[in-house]
Amino acid sequence: MTFLLIVPLVLPFAMPALARRALERLAPATALWVVTCSTLVVACCSLTALGAFVLTGLLKLPLFAALGKLVYPLRTASDLFVVPAAAFSVGALAVCLWTVIRTATRQARAFHVATAEAGCRATAGDLCVIDSPRPDAYALPGRPHRIVVTTGMLRSLGPDEREALFAHERAHNAGGHHYFLAFAELAALCHPGLRPVGEVIRFAVERAADEAAAAAVGDRRLTARAIGRAALAARAAHGERPSFAAAATTGPVPQRVAALLAAPRPPHRAAPWIAGLLVACATVSVCTSATGVIGFHHEVEIAQGEEGR
Amino acid sequence: MTEVKDERRPAGELEASVMAALWAADAPQTPGQVQLSLGAGLARTTVTTILSRLYDKGVVDRRRQGRGYAYFPVQDTHGLTARRMHTELDRGSDRHTVLARFVAQLSEDDERVLRDLLESGEQ
Repeated sequence: MTFLLIVPLVLPFAMPALARRALERLAPATALWVVTCSTLVVACCSLTALGAFVLTGLLKLPLFAALGKLVYPLRTASDLFVVPAAAFSVGALAVCLWTVIRTATRQARAFHVATAEAGCRATAGDLCVIDSPRPDAYALPGRPHRIVVTTGMLRSLGPDEREALFAHERAHNAGGHHYFLAFAELAALCHPGLRPVGEVIRFAVERAADEAAAAAVGDRRLTARAIGRAALAARAAHGERPSFAAAATTGPVPQRVAALLAAPRPPHRAAPWIAGLLVACATVSVCTSATGVIGFHHEVEIAQGEEGR
Repeated sequence: MTEVKDERRPAGELEASVMAALWAADAPQTPGQVQLSLGAGLARTTVTTILSRLYDKGVVDRRRQGRGYAYFPVQDTHGLTARRMHTELDRGSDRHTVLARFVAQLSEDDERVLRDLLESGEQ
């Protein structure tokens, strides 16, 4: 039973490839939902497996065995496996907890500063303008949802392009995309295999908003131009800042522009299969971690003398 | 056709568009100028109504020009807080925030690819 718990720890490594294919073949909004939900499930299962390993290791210690009212020694797989697994899990959970707390604090602070900044000035409709030459724009969730745009951004776009930008940000707010981004961030911290999936979710969020904006303004080309010009203006204002993006890969912005300039694709034949595979991954994770935990619980009850040996 | 669509948009969205046009312009704008810069779609009376609503809210100011008014956005004095916001959002390597930002930073290659795409898109 204990070995079953390895499956939810290994499965996340299969997620990035599946997530990328899902985003290529499904409509962005659908891909966003399927990938985020399955990633969340897989992340939770891997945490559960780590927790079960830690408990198994702890109950091997006389002190915790006494606390757990174990009358017989706990029957587990070989100590050669259980002890290193428990030690590893303690370390992994500690690192995970630490990074989650640190990231949550930073995110909360950034969100607080952005909200305070937008709150101290009057808004026109849902638009909050910040007088700054640096082109920047983002959706600010809250009550009510707002879109924050700098004057630098407004001045680098034409009137039609500004409408596309607003439609894009409104799509973020209407779709509750900040939840997806927060989940992507958390899942990426829970398991190193899910780190690339976080990138896919971030990209899917932008693609979904791009498509919604293109539908709202009724012009894919115009939306593509708005994104492209905004990015170029932002880069010009930044000056020659060293970029951490690998030069070999094309960054997210050109990919978004290219996707909008291309004709909208009909749904891919393999689309249901990819979605099915992601759901299957999540299901296998749930089943194996549940079986592992139930088996472990059963062994504990036996060791507590509640059931016949 | 676009006219019908634009007149039906929620009042908040129209206010946002008009406000954006005022900020994008360098000088105070008359309702006619705003209507022109927004392109087709809005009746001049609609623009005038929105501008006076924004004026009542205190987000724009106006001055007499000819027989009507020219409107301009109320400048804020919080340049410092704008800088603080940028710094906070860009802090360290932790650039992924729950705030979905419109554009990510471009690498040099990205810039080249993007320019090519936009040029081919124009044709």
